[in-house]
Amino acid sequence: MNAGKGVKLESWKNMTHGAHVFEAGNAVNFKTGDWRSDKPIFISENCKQCLLCFPVCPDSAIVLEDGQMQGFNYDFCKGCLVCMMACPFKAIEKEGV
Amino acid sequence: MARREKLSGNEAVSIAMKQINPDVVAAYPITPSTEVPQYFSTYAANGEVDTEFVPVESEHSAMSACIGAQAAGGRAMTATSAQGLALMWEMLYIASAYRLPVTLAAVNRALSGPINIHNDHSDTMGARDSGWIQIYSEDCQEAYDNFIQAVKIGEHPDVMLPVMDCYDGFITSHKVENIEIMEDEEVKAFVGKYNPPYHLMNKEKPMSMGPLSLPFYYFEQKRQQAEAMKTSIKAILEVAAEFEKVTGRKYGLFEEYRMDDAEVAIVILNSTAGTAKDVVDMLRDNGIKAGLIKIRVYRPFPVEQIAQALSKCKAVAVLDKADSLNGAGGPVFTDVTSAMFGRVDGVKVINYIYGLGGRDVTTDNIKEVYDNLQEIAKTGKVKEVYNYLGVREV
Repeated sequence: MNAGKGVKLESWKNMTHGAHVFEAGNAVNFKTGDWRSDKPIFISENCKQCLLCFPVCPDSAIVLEDGQMQGFNYDFCKGCLVCMMACPFKAIEKEGV
Repeated sequence: MARREKLSGNEAVSIAMKQINPDVVAAYPITPSTEVPQYFSTYAANGEVDTEFVPVESEHSAMSACIGAQAAGGRAMTATSAQGLALMWEMLYIASAYRLPVTLAAVNRALSGPINIHNDHSDTMGARDSGWIQIYSEDCQEAYDNFIQAVKIGEHPDVMLPVMDCYDGFITSHKVENIEIMEDEEVKAFVGKYNPPYHLMNKEKPMSMGPLSLPFYYFEQKRQQAEAMKTSIKAILEVAAEFEKVTGRKYGLFEEYRMDDAEVAIVILNSTAGTAKDVVDMLRDNGIKAGLIKIRVYRPFPVEQIAQALSKCKAVAVLDKADSLNGAGGPVFTDVTSAMFGRVDGVKVINYIYGLGGRDVTTDNIKEVYDNLQEIAKTGKVKEVYNYLGVREV
């Protein structure tokens, strides 16, 4: 079993009661991307920056910089490939196909 | 100053609830526990308490409402019996895992089937591994006293676990006894104001409860619960000592009745202990060294103390008012023999299942157990370990 890179597993003595969570916005610490089945690949030369991929991503895993699509945050991308379906320009493809 | 009153077990517990004046009582009626929320709803309707009384649609909802109220920082209570406790099952584990000290009056009644409304311990014995502290009460006085102590035990910072006060349906719940009631102010001072270390309504310290706990964390959370259960023994005794200071009534983990030089002893819970004490007295009058241990705190199970208390006996019978149907013995028997294993050698221990579904248990029945124990003490031979008392064999 692997808890994920950089995750320190505390002893029961140092953990909160009943798995209570006191830290806000802590989902960022839980790298759910390791559940990913398929992996989307960004083909930047095909991208027209229409950003149709961005709103359809259920995990906010489309990385934008200055309003420009840059690729994926694979720590959280679960490989649903909805972005690939939404892309009109073949700028997103499934890895290995 | 305390006052004396003639009260049934259920009346006494509902008065304890009134004196504690909790934030929420959520309950669904079921015989023989019905009177507890019934009396309490009258206090609520008359404005004698500040409590939000929630008449829910099932026991599952009763426990869920108590969990919600406790999670929001309130002090919550309920009462139930038999099928009601069974329907709470799923939520019992949530209350203990979330470390929410709900207080429950568990009025012991036989679990169906076949359907039966009378007393045995099959309901609460089934909940013995739910992570709740279980305290058993012999009579109305103990049911009242233990209910008040239960609040303080559960809310102890080293404990933070839910507690059930178990007393026998009809036998204790409906009999009227002349008991001593504390003054309202004494109860309020004793239980104090509930100041949970965290709760969902605290905007200074926001939190969330009930996240998914996957294989990396779940095990550690159960280990914490196990530790809280172990350390609660100390808290239970601390609370008992404080209670004694206020009321003069002394409580321990179990009661030892004429055990000093006892050669034969019975281990038992709840109301039948009263019947058995009469038999002990009769036997003692005839020069027989008989004794009795009445377990008060069953969860956590005081293993070392029980083993020590039985170490000088020759023969011991553990009486179970619930059968485990495991082909080996009842739940209390299994716990007592486990406690003795490796700690106490050479004591013969047998088991009797008795009183299922409210079958009457007389002094003659108990005498039969002591007769068998004397025979075992004399010969050193055990004919049968797993026995039934008062069932028709032919």
